[in-house]
Amino acid sequence: MKISNKIVEKHGLKIEEYESIKKLLNRQPNLLELGIFSAMWNEHCSYKSSRIHLRKLPTKGKQVIQGPGENAGVIDIGDNDAIVFKIESHNHPSYIEPYQGAATGVGGILRDVFTMGARPIALLNSIHFGSPDHTKTKSLLNGVVSGIGGYGNCIGIPTVGGETKFNETYNENILVNAMAVGHANKDKIFYSKAKGLNKSVVYVGSKTGRDGIHGASMASAEFDENSEEKKPTVQVGDPFTEKLLMEACLELMKDNSIISIQDMGAAGLTSSSVEMASKGGLGIELELDKVPCREENMTPYEMMLSESQERMLIILEDGKEHNAKKIFDKWDLDFVVIGKTTNTNKLTLKFNNKIQGEIPIEALASKAPIYDRKWIKKKPQKKEINLKDLKKIKIEDALIKILSNPNHSNKSWITNQYDQSVMCDTALKSGSDAAIIRIHNKDKAIAVTVDSSAYYCKSYPLTGGKQIVCENWRNLISVGAKPLAITNCLNFGNPENEEIMGEFVECLTGIKQACEFLDYPVVSGNVSFYNGTNKKNIYPTPVIGGVGLIKKITKPLDHNFKKNNSNLILIGKTFGHLEQSCFLRENYSINDGLPPEINLKNEKNNGEIVLKLIEEDLILSSHDVSDGGLITALAEMSIVSKYGVKIQKPKKLTNLFKYFFGEDQARYILEIEAINLPKIEKVLKNNDVYYENIGFTQKDYFEIEGELKISNKDLFKINNEWYNNF
Amino acid sequence: MKFSVTVTLKKDVLDPQGKVVQNTLVNIGIKNLKSIRQGKYFEIEVDESELLTAEKIVDKMCKKLLVNLVIEDYKINKI
Amino acid sequence: MRSSVIVFPGSNCDRDIGVALEKMQFKNQMIWHKETRLPKSDLIVIPGGFSYGDYLRSGAIAGKSLIIDEVIRAANSGCLILGICNGFQILTETGLLKGTLLRNKNLKFINKDVQIKVLNNKTKFTNKYKKDQIIKINIAHNEGNFFTDLLHLEKLSNENLIAFKYCDEKGNINENSNPNGSLENIAGIFNDNKNILGMMPHPERMIDEFISNKDGVNLFTSLLG
Repeated sequence: MKISNKIVEKHGLKIEEYESIKKLLNRQPNLLELGIFSAMWNEHCSYKSSRIHLRKLPTKGKQVIQGPGENAGVIDIGDNDAIVFKIESHNHPSYIEPYQGAATGVGGILRDVFTMGARPIALLNSIHFGSPDHTKTKSLLNGVVSGIGGYGNCIGIPTVGGETKFNETYNENILVNAMAVGHANKDKIFYSKAKGLNKSVVYVGSKTGRDGIHGASMASAEFDENSEEKKPTVQVGDPFTEKLLMEACLELMKDNSIISIQDMGAAGLTSSSVEMASKGGLGIELELDKVPCREENMTPYEMMLSESQERMLIILEDGKEHNAKKIFDKWDLDFVVIGKTTNTNKLTLKFNNKIQGEIPIEALASKAPIYDRKWIKKKPQKKEINLKDLKKIKIEDALIKILSNPNHSNKSWITNQYDQSVMCDTALKSGSDAAIIRIHNKDKAIAVTVDSSAYYCKSYPLTGGKQIVCENWRNLISVGAKPLAITNCLNFGNPENEEIMGEFVECLTGIKQACEFLDYPVVSGNVSFYNGTNKKNIYPTPVIGGVGLIKKITKPLDHNFKKNNSNLILIGKTFGHLEQSCFLRENYSINDGLPPEINLKNEKNNGEIVLKLIEEDLILSSHDVSDGGLITALAEMSIVSKYGVKIQKPKKLTNLFKYFFGEDQARYILEIEAINLPKIEKVLKNNDVYYENIGFTQKDYFEIEGELKISNKDLFKINNEWYNNF
Repeated sequence: MKFSVTVTLKKDVLDPQGKVVQNTLVNIGIKNLKSIRQGKYFEIEVDESELLTAEKIVDKMCKKLLVNLVIEDYKINKI
Repeated sequence: MRSSVIVFPGSNCDRDIGVALEKMQFKNQMIWHKETRLPKSDLIVIPGGFSYGDYLRSGAIAGKSLIIDEVIRAANSGCLILGICNGFQILTETGLLKGTLLRNKNLKFINKDVQIKVLNNKTKFTNKYKKDQIIKINIAHNEGNFFTDLLHLEKLSNENLIAFKYCDEKGNINENSNPNGSLENIAGIFNDNKNILGMMPHPERMIDEFISNKDGVNLFTSLLG
């Protein structure tokens, strides 16, 4: 069959790329081979636009066992315990079919984690929707939340944290990023690198159907008389089968049967087999007749490109098939030897006893295209907002506006739909700065959180990139955890657009600088480009998922005020930075200017000293100050507590709006007992940490002396209104 | 005028529920079972005497709400 | 005391209840659903989760599994049976308990801490609680909306077969304190002989101060006698 330019384009390949394929093969590929190239050379698998920039990220550290490049990152938390984690996007499928898209997103990221030998212990997510008033927003939100819950609840992994944000930039392109965290024994981590010749390549899990063969299958349909029946279909998640697959894999991992294991994610059988062979410097031969199929008459093309869920590829040690099969039989899962490793360094595909396709592995992996795309630097748009030019409002009204906004509203409408408690190790749930998960049967815990700041990243990506890492780090500190490492999900628009590519490069530079300074390496991640439609790209939205360690647990530290008349300390300096603030956005619809500057030195110092105070058990409750500023952080603490606050007016910065709504970074609010104040002040002074005594807790009321006094109950009501009326 | 609407997953879409139900029936000894797909069933009464118009109304209901066209097919029958 | 936890494909609170039983000094065994024999047990627990994905109806498919015949036999000879969440649903599907669990009234999965009141504390499951004691306990289900016919409902009240009802912090049993639409706020019921308890809330999640509270402990100590 002749491969026309049209067929090439329908496979998402550029004509130049097709020319290189011909060169690498020394011949024209057949359709099956073209399909395989298109799967491996697309942005998702090859990282062709991002790879040269991703290389700059810091990925090493004492705590790192495995950095990016495997199914998930692995870090050391001492005593032979390792934490395995990764975040991944499922944006486009979730927009098309929100329930299944979100569900399979959760399923995919869980497989990445248990593939490495870890039992998943927590799920998190970062979901972004269009404007709250947009016609599609509510049904998308509903579908995505049910999908995330439907999968996580069924498989029995607690969904413990996340963020939900609204912004019209996502009207036509929502973001659904799911993060999974697992626990493994440090010396029982499994990798995808194949080893040894003539080893059995085993297919386990669900059967292969025509799921998610995307645009590529439309191209193939042109050559097929039954094209109508082969429309691309959405992947449907089956959490029940995934639960069986997880238990079966973890059971098989107890002995030494597995040489290498890889989940069949995007581009299913193709990417998993190529990945294993490429890492091991080997070839792989598959007999496609043996692939368990769900539908009749599936072609090699469809089998290789299917994205059916809940499947794995395993390379087994000699003589272990029998035992392994027994385990998968017990769990009622398919277990079929479909091929073997070879020394040809080729991917060889047989069907009906004939070779249907043969491609050198390196052509699919190391020789895949890499682009150094053009990008332009963002020009800083300096613009100081003069409050005197704006309509006068009351502090109270401005605060209410923020707290009643969907972005700041209480999200229990969402989180109550997730089982947060299953596995009985969730010590701190959603709604806190970070979730705390105890390591099963141990007296230590990890803290986990996800963050993004699209407005900051849009206005100045370099600062935005730094800011998210810092905020994520702060959130972990606030619950008393030492931040160890991050995973990132980089959601951007079209990289062929120089401005968008610039946003990507500069956000990444910001992330890099912050991670390096804070010794907070990146151990896994995912890039999602082409978010947007019709030349309207989304705001750059890198999402950071962080993991920290609490070495010895006594009681989880949260942001509930614990006592009446405790002292409140604000750590970090308040300059009153209002540009890009929630205050200006919600009250004046002003989106100009630069985000607050990041001082990494202060960030690190403040964080380390706060952690020290927490570890010495001197802190009753703590909260990081982020968007919405000091007043919003105090209100958030009051809303979840029996107690409110009585705050004095500032002594130095005289403009109250700047003081209370400014979004300066590196700040925390700490509740402490008066008796400990001298001790704490001494530590802060000795370590050059700027702090202010800002007031006290009191019963029932949220008060700024001489300015406003609202009951906690009313604040709670305001904060819950939006979702209650949903 | 009364109609029934049967909604099923499209042919090539995975039906996890149908799969489990099928396995269970086989396990409890039901023989000669070839395949099972699970779906939804609606009975709809329309205040309209013209058949074609009534069918169009039901079809609109399906497209607008009852059916998830991304993954489901449907059949309308007059009853 | 010897206990057996039945594990179905898709059970996901089996580990949690196993951990709780061992912590409470039960001699516990996990029993895979394909077994045809039950070891001698004083207590059989059907754990929470999504057995068989909860496909078709919650608990329906598990109710047809091999081991269930053994559970029914044990129940009829007086063995104590505790069904939690999905376990409660399975018990109603097998007929060991009457009634059924419909979808939550708001049509959503609900996970949160709620209050329940102990209505009958004169049973093997509840004797360490005080009568009308209010306990805080976690629920996590999609189908927890208990429903039964009028006759059975009357019998439940007349014969003191209601174990727990949802209430608020002050003990008020009303619509506002009903999380899922359950008939008369019912959260758990006994069979006629009171050797079977089915309940939607999760006592195994409430045995550890660090994670939650210890309000579930008394259920286990009651069983230990």
